[in-house]
Amino acid sequence: MTSILTNLFDGVAYGMLLFVLACGLAVTLGLMNFVNLAHGAFAMAGGYVCMVLVNRMGWPFFAALPLAFVSSAAIGIALERTLYRHLYARSHLDQVLFTIGLTFMSVAAVDYIQGSSRVFINLPAALQGQFDLFGVGIGRYRLMIIVICGLLTIALQMVLAKTRFGSRLRAAVDDPRAASGLGINVPQVFAFTFAFGCGLAGLGGALSAEILGLDPYFPLKFMIYFLIVVTVGGSSSITGPFLASLLLGIGDVAGKYYVPKMGPFVIYTMMIVILIWRPNGLFGRTAAR
Amino acid sequence: MFERKTFSRAAALAAIAGLAAVAPAKAEDTVKIGLILPMTGGQASTGKQIENAIKLYMQQKGDTVAGKKVEIILKDDGAVPDKTKTAAQELIVNDKVNFIAGFGVTPAALAAAPLATQAKIPEVVMAAGTSIITERSPYIVRTSFTLAQSSTIIGDWAVKNGIKKVATLTSDYAPGNDALNFFKEHFVAGGGEVVEEVKTPLANPDFAPFLQRMKDAKPDAIFVFVPAGQGGNFMKQYAERGLDKAGIKVIGPGDVTDDDLLNNMGDAVLGTVTAHLYSAAHPSQLNKDFVAAYKKAYGNRPGFMAVSGYDGIHLIYEALKKTNGDTDGTKLVEAMKGQKWESPRGPIAIDPETRDIVQNIYIRKVEKVDGELYNVEFATFEAVKDLGKTKK
Repeated sequence: MTSILTNLFDGVAYGMLLFVLACGLAVTLGLMNFVNLAHGAFAMAGGYVCMVLVNRMGWPFFAALPLAFVSSAAIGIALERTLYRHLYARSHLDQVLFTIGLTFMSVAAVDYIQGSSRVFINLPAALQGQFDLFGVGIGRYRLMIIVICGLLTIALQMVLAKTRFGSRLRAAVDDPRAASGLGINVPQVFAFTFAFGCGLAGLGGALSAEILGLDPYFPLKFMIYFLIVVTVGGSSSITGPFLASLLLGIGDVAGKYYVPKMGPFVIYTMMIVILIWRPNGLFGRTAAR
Repeated sequence: MFERKTFSRAAALAAIAGLAAVAPAKAEDTVKIGLILPMTGGQASTGKQIENAIKLYMQQKGDTVAGKKVEIILKDDGAVPDKTKTAAQELIVNDKVNFIAGFGVTPAALAAAPLATQAKIPEVVMAAGTSIITERSPYIVRTSFTLAQSSTIIGDWAVKNGIKKVATLTSDYAPGNDALNFFKEHFVAGGGEVVEEVKTPLANPDFAPFLQRMKDAKPDAIFVFVPAGQGGNFMKQYAERGLDKAGIKVIGPGDVTDDDLLNNMGDAVLGTVTAHLYSAAHPSQLNKDFVAAYKKAYGNRPGFMAVSGYDGIHLIYEALKKTNGDTDGTKLVEAMKGQKWESPRGPIAIDPETRDIVQNIYIRKVEKVDGELYNVEFATFEAVKDLGKTKK
C-alpha cells in the first residue's frame, strides 16, 4: 500500500517536471503553430546556467533557479527576434529543419564549452533525502518540484484566462489579422510568449538536472518526451499538456515498477492508445487552423 | 564512351599505384597509428581520456621508437560502428597505417575486426569490454579489460563477505548483460541468491521506480552496471530514496564509480564496493607519478580508460622494439603476445593464447582521501584472465 503511494508521488513529481519542460513547446506549437524542435536546447541552457551559478560561483540554489528562467528567456527572445520570426510563415518542414539544426549547434556548443560529461547541481542539504509521511516515503526534492510546478501551473492558467495579456494572446492566436486590426501588437505578443515558454523550459532544465541528468545531449534525448506530452495533451490549452504530463509521469513510473520488463514501453503504448482514441490529443481541437 | 571511362579509371589507378610505389621510401622511417575513438557523442569522455593518455605517453617517452618516428592519426567515430568501419578503411587504404587502435564500444571494435584481418595489421583495443572481441580476428589485442573479469570477481567476493541476497540493476545492452550473467553465475554458484532482477533501458531518464522496487525487495546489496555517466544519477537517487539508510549496499564492476566522475557524485557513494582493474588511488609509485603527470597536463584525474590507452601505446612501442622496427603486422602481433609489464594499474600481461589482457582485479571501497572521493583498494585477485571465453 505504501509503495503504491510512493510510486504515485514519484509519478506526479515526474509528470510535473515533464509539464514544465514541455509546456513552452505546447505554447509555440499549439498557440503559435510553430514546430520548435530546439525547445530542449533552451531547457539545457537553463540547466547549465544554474549549474555554473551554484557550483562555480557559489550562489544558493533557490537564487539560481529564477536566473535559469531569465537567461533562457533572454536567449529565447534574442533568437526569436533574429531568427525564428523569419520562419513563422514558412512550411513546417522548413521549421523542423531549422530548429533541428539549431539543436545540433547547441549540443556542439555546450560540449565544447562545458565538456561532454554529465553535470550535477550541488543541492542544499535541506533538499536531499526522503522523509516518512504516515509510512509513505516522500523525497524532499521531488516534493519541491511538485510545489513549484503546481504553483506555476495555477499561475499560468490564471494569466491565460483572467488577464488582459491572456485575452490578447488568445485573440492573436485565433485570428492574427483581426487581432492586429483591433490594435493588438501581434508580433510583440508572440515574442513575449515565446520567451516565456523558453524561460519555463530553462527552469525545467535546472530542476531536472538532479532527476533526468544534464549533459550536452539533453535536447536530443528528451525531445521525444516533450513531443509525446504535446501530442497526447493536445496543444490548444495548458490543461491538456498538464493532464497528459501527469498521466504519462504516473504511467511511466508505475509501469517501470510493476512490470519492469515492459517498463520502457508503457509511455509509448499509452501514447498510441490515446492517439487512436483521440487523434487530436486528449484536449485537441478538431478543426485545424 | 564506356571504354574510355574505364580506361581513364585504369590510368588513374595506375597513377595511384605508382605513387604508392614511391611513397614507401618515406614511410620506411615512420610508423603510423590510426586511432579511432569516440571524440563526440555520449562516449566522448572515453575518447578524450585515451587520447590524453597517449599524448602523455609520447611526451614522456619521445615519439621515436626502434629508429622510427611514431605518427598518430586520430579519427572520430562517435561510437557509431558504421563510422568506425569507414574510418578504419580510410586509415588502412589511404593513410597506410601500421596499427589501428582505440575503439570506445564493443560494436565499434567488432566493425573494424574483419578489416584488421584482411589488412593483416594489429588492432589494439583500448576500451571496449565484451569477451568475444578478441575472438573475431587473430590480429586483435586488448589492453583494457573484459566485463567478465570484474563481474565474476565481485560475485565471488560478495558471497564470501556476508552478502547473501542481491538485487540486480543493469543496463539492457551487451556489456550490461555480460556483467549480469557473469556475476550471477559466480554469485549463485557460491550460494548467493538473486532476489530481484531489473534491466533498465539504455536511455533511462529516471531510476526512481526501479530503485523503489529494489528497496521493497530488501536485499543485502544491489549489483549495478550502468554505462559511465549514468553512475552519478544512480548513486544520487539511491541516496535520495534512503536505500543507504535501509542498509542496502551497492556492489558492482567499477564502471559505476569511474574515477572520471566519482568526485562529483557526492557522499552518497561512500562505502560502495566495486571490483575493477584500476583506481587512481592505486598505491604504487608508478601510478602516483602517472596520476600527477596526467593531472598536471589535463587538470583532472585519469580513469581506467586513460590507463588502458596508456598501456595500449606502451604495448605498441614494446612490440616495435621487439621487431626492431619491422612493421609487418603478423610479426607485430606475435611480438605483443606474452608481453609483461608494470602498468600504473599494477602488473599486467598479454595472454599469448587469447591476445587478451591478464591483470589484477582489485576490490575497492569508496572513501574520502584528502577531501576527495577515491576508490581505495583493499583486496587483490591476482593475474585474472578473461573467464568469459573458455566456456564457449
